[in-house]
Amino acid sequence: MEVYLDNSATTRCFDSVAELVCKVMTSDYGNPSSMHNKGVESEKYIRHAREIIAKNLKVNEKEILFTSGGTEADNLALIGTAYANYRAGRHLVTTAIEHPAILQTMQYLEKQGFEVTYLPVDTNGRIRLEDLRRALRPDTILVSVMHTNNEIGSLQPIAQAGELIKRYNPAIVFHVDAVQGYGKFRIYPKRMYIDLLSVSGHKIHGPKGIGFLYINEKIKIRPIIFGGGQQKGMRSGTENVPAIAGMGLAIEKIYENLDEENARIYQLKQRFIDGVKKIPDVKINGLTGIDAAPHIVSLSVRGVRSEVLLHALEDKGIYVSAGSACASNKPSVSATLKAIGVEKDLLDSTIRFSFSVYTTKEEIDYTLQNLYDIIPMLRKYTRH
Amino acid sequence: MFKSFLIKYAEIGVKGKNRYLFEDALVQQIKYALRRCEGEFSIRKTKGRIYIDAETDFDYEETIDNLKTVFGISGICPMIYVEDEGFEKLCATVIQYMKDVYPQQNKTFKVMARRARKNYPLDTMEINRELGGVILDAFPDMKVDVHNPEIELNVEIREKIYIYSETIPGPGGMPVGTGGKAMLLLSGGIDSPVAGYMISKRGVKIDAVYFHAPPYTSERAKQKVIDLAKLVSRYSGPIYLHIINFTDIQLAIYEKCPHEELTIIMRRYMMKIAETIAKETECLGLITGESIGQVASQTMHSLAATNEVCTMPVYRPCIGMDKQEIVKVSEEINTYETSILPYEDCCTIFVAKHPVTKPNLSIIKRHEKNLENVIDGLMETALNTRETIVVRCEK
Repeated sequence: MEVYLDNSATTRCFDSVAELVCKVMTSDYGNPSSMHNKGVESEKYIRHAREIIAKNLKVNEKEILFTSGGTEADNLALIGTAYANYRAGRHLVTTAIEHPAILQTMQYLEKQGFEVTYLPVDTNGRIRLEDLRRALRPDTILVSVMHTNNEIGSLQPIAQAGELIKRYNPAIVFHVDAVQGYGKFRIYPKRMYIDLLSVSGHKIHGPKGIGFLYINEKIKIRPIIFGGGQQKGMRSGTENVPAIAGMGLAIEKIYENLDEENARIYQLKQRFIDGVKKIPDVKINGLTGIDAAPHIVSLSVRGVRSEVLLHALEDKGIYVSAGSACASNKPSVSATLKAIGVEKDLLDSTIRFSFSVYTTKEEIDYTLQNLYDIIPMLRKYTRH
Repeated sequence: MFKSFLIKYAEIGVKGKNRYLFEDALVQQIKYALRRCEGEFSIRKTKGRIYIDAETDFDYEETIDNLKTVFGISGICPMIYVEDEGFEKLCATVIQYMKDVYPQQNKTFKVMARRARKNYPLDTMEINRELGGVILDAFPDMKVDVHNPEIELNVEIREKIYIYSETIPGPGGMPVGTGGKAMLLLSGGIDSPVAGYMISKRGVKIDAVYFHAPPYTSERAKQKVIDLAKLVSRYSGPIYLHIINFTDIQLAIYEKCPHEELTIIMRRYMMKIAETIAKETECLGLITGESIGQVASQTMHSLAATNEVCTMPVYRPCIGMDKQEIVKVSEEINTYETSILPYEDCCTIFVAKHPVTKPNLSIIKRHEKNLENVIDGLMETALNTRETIVVRCEK
C-alpha cells in the first residue's frame, strides 16, 4: 500500500491537469508573444487561467502575475517592494516562522541595508496583534505574514493584521505568503487588506515550476527579472504556458468542492489525532481543531529520531516529512519549531503528516496501525 | 596542435620477463580510459614505448584528464611527429613548435636528441648543437642551460621524427589488473574511498562491500556510496559493489552486548561478512580506510580486536596518514565533496557516548557469546539477501 502523506511538500497532479499540460506542450505549443495564430492560441490559455484566478480571488485580472513558483513570488514581493519604496523607509516586518523563501530573502535585504523585525509567535504558532502593532514604525514599508505555516499548520489572523496595518499607515504594503493556505481557504485580498499574495501551483495538485503573485495595482513594485518584457515588463521570460494552463485548471477543480473536501479532511485529521493520542509520549504541535489548517499534523515522538521514523514508515509505503534536522551531523533546526518553543530533545524527533483530497480513511488507519507497531520498536533501540 | 601523446611509465620498466604483461595491462587500461573521451584513438606499443594517436577530432583537456586516471602512467607527453624531409625542414618545424608552445620565448632550454635510426646523417651531438643554434638564432631571449633547463626539447629520430617537451605527471603506480583483486569496505566517509584508490594504484582490482541499515540509514546514504564507488572506478575500473542489509545484526548486538563495545563488535561482524564475500569472489585481501587513533574503533587495541576475526590479509593504506593528508588525497581524486554529504552511515547511528578505546579481546569474545543463538542465521540472511551492482564510470 502506498500512502502519500507529504502533501505540504508537494501534491499529486490531478489527471485532468496532467492531460491539459501535455496537450498544451504537444499541440498548442506556440509562444504567446508570437504574432501568428499559434501564438494567439497559446495566449488564450494564459488569459483563461488569469480569469479563473482573478475570479477566485475577486480581483482584477491584470493584478495576477505568473512566476516560476512560490519562491519567486516571495522574492519578487519582498525585493520588488523594498526597492520600489526605500525612499519612504527601510523597515520591514515579518514573523519568526516564515518559510525560508521569506526568511532568506529578508536576510538578503538586511545585508542591503534594510532593517527587519521578526515577530515572535505563541506556543500555537500564532503572532499576537499587539506585537505587530508595536513593531510598526513611521519608516515601515512592508509587512509579510504567512497565511498557513508549512510545518505545524498554524493560521495567522490575516484580516485583522491587514486592518491594523492599514489603519496605522495605508502606505505600508502587506504581503501574504499563501503557498500552504491557498486551495484550503477562500482568500480575498481586497477584503483582507492584502496587497501581495504568493501562491504555488504544485501544492494544489497543479504542475511544479509555476505559481503566481497577486499584486494590488495601487502599490509600487519593481521587477527583479529583466528581459523580453513579457507580463508588462514585470516578469520577463516566455510564460510557462502549459503549467499556467494546468494551474488554472487545478484551481478550478480544488475550489469546486472546497467545503465538502475541507470538512472531510478535517475529519480525517481528527481521526488521526485521536489515534495518535493513544501513543504515549507523543506531542502534537500547534492547534488541533478547525482553528488550524485541515491538512497538517506535526508530531514530536519522544525517544525516536524523525529521520529513522520517516524511513521506517517509508518501508511500509508511507511517505512523510521530517520536521527538522536532515541529519545529526548537520543540524538545520527548524525556525518554526524553535519559535513555538518545542523542547530541545524533541526538535530532532518531530515529523509532519500532511493530507490532501486524495487521502482516505483507510490510509489514515493504516498509518496509525503502523505507528503503533513502529514507535515502540524504535524506542527499544535508542542512541545513548 | 598536439595529436599524439607519448606515455611514460616508470616502474614497469624495471620488470623482467613478465614486463609484457604489465605493458599489455597498461594498454588495456588506457583503452578503457579513452573510451570515455570524445574521438577515436589508436594505441601503439613499440620498443618499450606507448604512443597514443588521435585519429579524429578530440578534446585535449578531456583526454589528458582521463589519461591521468590510468595507473602505471608516470608522465603524459603531448607530442607532434613529422616525416623526415631533411634537416632543413626539421629546423623549420622545431622553430614553429617552439613558437606555438612557448609564445613568451624567454626560457632556458636544452635539446635532447635521440637517434633510433642510426643512418641519420647527423649524430646525436650534432643534432643537439645544430638545433640549439637554430633556436638561439630565432629567439634571441632564449638561453641554453644544459643542467637545469626550463624546457627539455626532445627530438627523436625514428621512422618518423617525434618532437615533445612537456611532461604532464600521471598518477604513477601499476596498471590495474596486474595485482589480483581485493575487497574494499566502503562507507560513506572520506577515508575508505581513498584507501580503495591507494590499493588500486598498485595494480589491484577492487570490489566493495557497503553495510546498509534501513531505516536508520536512508536511500540517499546508499546512493552516496554508489556515487563514491563510481568516482573510485574512474581509476580502478568497474567495481562490484555488494550491499549488505546490516540492520538486524546491529540491533541484535545492541540488544545483547554492552553498549560501549557495540562499535567494535559490529566491526568484527562487518569484517567477517566482507571476508566471506571476498573468498567467494576470489579476492586476495580486504581493504579498509582505518588510520591509527582516528576514532575509538581505530586504536591499536581496537584494530587488533577487529583484525582477529580475519584470516585474510587486511590492507590499511591510510594507517599512518593524518586526517588532513587523507582529505588531500580525497580532494585530488574528487571524492571529498561527495564524502562530506551529511547522510548518516551505519557506523554512527548507535555509537555510544564513551565507546571502549582499549577493548579486551577475551571480554569482547565473552560478550559475543550472547549472540550465539542468533548470529549465524542473521549473518546468513545478510549474505543471502545482499544486492550486488556493477559500478562503472561512464562517458
